[in-house]
Amino acid sequence: MVWSPPLRRFFSHPWVLGVLGILTVFVAWWLVTSSGMVDKLFLPGPRAVWLAGSDQFQQGILVADAVASVRRVFLGFMISAGLALPIGIAMGTNRKICHFLEPLMALIRYMPAPAFIPLLIIYFGLEELPKVMLIFIGTFFFNTLMIMDAVKFVPSELVETALTLGGRGLPILTRVVAPFIAPQVLDTYRINMASAWNLVIVAELVAANEGLGKRISLAQRFLRTDEIFFGLIVIGLIGLIIDLGFRFLMRRACSWAN
Amino acid sequence: MHLQVSQVSKSFGDGRDCKLVLQDISFELVSGQFMALVGSSGSGKSTVMRLIAGLEQPSEGTIHLDGELVQRPGSDRGMVFQKYSLYPWLTAAQNVAFGLSLQGRGKAEIRERTSYFLDVVGLADAARLLPRELSGGMQQRVAIARALATEPKVLLLDEPFGALDLQIRESMQEFLQDLWKTTGLTALLITHDIEEALLLAGTVHIMAPRPGRIVHSVDVRLDRSDLRHLRVSQPFLELREELAGRLRSLDGSLL
Ligand SMILES: Nc1ncnc2c1ncn2[C@@H]1O[C@H](COP(=O)(O)OP(=O)(O)OP(=O)(O)O)[C@@H](O)[C@H]1O
Ligand SMILES: [Mg+2]
Repeated sequence: MVWSPPLRRFFSHPWVLGVLGILTVFVAWWLVTSSGMVDKLFLPGPRAVWLAGSDQFQQGILVADAVASVRRVFLGFMISAGLALPIGIAMGTNRKICHFLEPLMALIRYMPAPAFIPLLIIYFGLEELPKVMLIFIGTFFFNTLMIMDAVKFVPSELVETALTLGGRGLPILTRVVAPFIAPQVLDTYRINMASAWNLVIVAELVAANEGLGKRISLAQRFLRTDEIFFGLIVIGLIGLIIDLGFRFLMRRACSWAN
Repeated sequence: MHLQVSQVSKSFGDGRDCKLVLQDISFELVSGQFMALVGSSGSGKSTVMRLIAGLEQPSEGTIHLDGELVQRPGSDRGMVFQKYSLYPWLTAAQNVAFGLSLQGRGKAEIRERTSYFLDVVGLADAARLLPRELSGGMQQRVAIARALATEPKVLLLDEPFGALDLQIRESMQEFLQDLWKTTGLTALLITHDIEEALLLAGTVHIMAPRPGRIVHSVDVRLDRSDLRHLRVSQPFLELREELAGRLRSLDGSLL
């Protein structure tokens, strides 16, 4: 196939190909469901899913669910990220603290967070706290250990140069270590945000009054596969937006690292 | 300015793993002097420099700067590392200004000194570039400007051109020679290149490894008005050959 240069340039743009990939699956979905080959209950078509969604939107359920889920994620993740930063930096800069905490954290990290749900429900009931705690438990140890690693990779020359320029103590931390690890910290948050988002849905599947995960488990009870599909798409989209937000932040704040 | 290194020994580790890296190192450095330490890899050159910088403590002996015992790093001893020492998120100018702003100097003073020292190293045009946009030679010149900006009493250079290719290396040697002539700085240069040491330094100490110690010292008296000519002049080549022979015999005696 011979393509003209502008056309080739158009198709080599990553965004174009990405949209094309999504469109392909969408069209395939539409073709399969409109052909009548599969049971509508088993696989609803794009139109049915859209209708289920606009119905939820008009009732106000959609926004309420999304707000509930996003709030849990942000609360839990902000506590996790806020605590992981100083503790990770402390572990990365002080060998004693590192030796004391690293084995403990490495151990807890491998305990699957959803396995804590029963315990959290026993301790904290069915309100917001156990869900926020779950997100904290599921991301804190990863955040901390990844930040610790970032700190350990700060080249000693950079710190020693600051020392020989008359720097000491806190300024070394804020003006050398912090800027150097900033890109990795943002990337750490971006990656672990994805698991926070997974966990909130899991928590809501088990017990909640509202939330995107709750809606899916309700839909299952009434065999509303169209609502399940809609819920999945919304969850994916919100996650994607958060991911892009972190990437944007990283490009703006740490352009030197690209 | 008077830097005095007296009978310094340094060992790393303790007990059975204890390793003597430097043994009984003594020398003096005075204002305006350019001194070089030459030795093969592992002879402890960097360790000497780190001790003077205050990044390590001697196991025995003392280091005094103007009568004061060196115990910790300070801006009176500027240091330039072999590589990776510019802050990658700061522009060339911000890198030069870094030490000044750490010291909390005024904005106007920082701006003035930064542009002055960028000018001294010939990089006024590169002020706004990030390190990754600079060549290796330019990066090292920024690092030198940054070290000079806080006006250290002595400039410590640990193989500053070791990572550069030959051609750039030669022009950087000429640059450093000019800088020394124009600013009258005091410098201690570490290198494993005898030619570099002889071109630049008035005094050259040769170090032998295991344990690191100074085995030979020469005062170099050569006409340095034209480095390019000096490189190929007869007395220079003879001196270089003599010292190279000494270094070889040191390595040979270890085999
Ligand atoms: N912090 C340290 N702990 C243990 N051993 C060290 C330490 N620093 C240096 N050494 C040892 O001291 C010896 C001398 O090291 P040094 O870096 O001073 O040598 P050098 O002459 O600068 O070598 P090169 O030319 O390779 O830079 C080496 O054998 C090295 O392994
Ligand atoms: Mg060295």
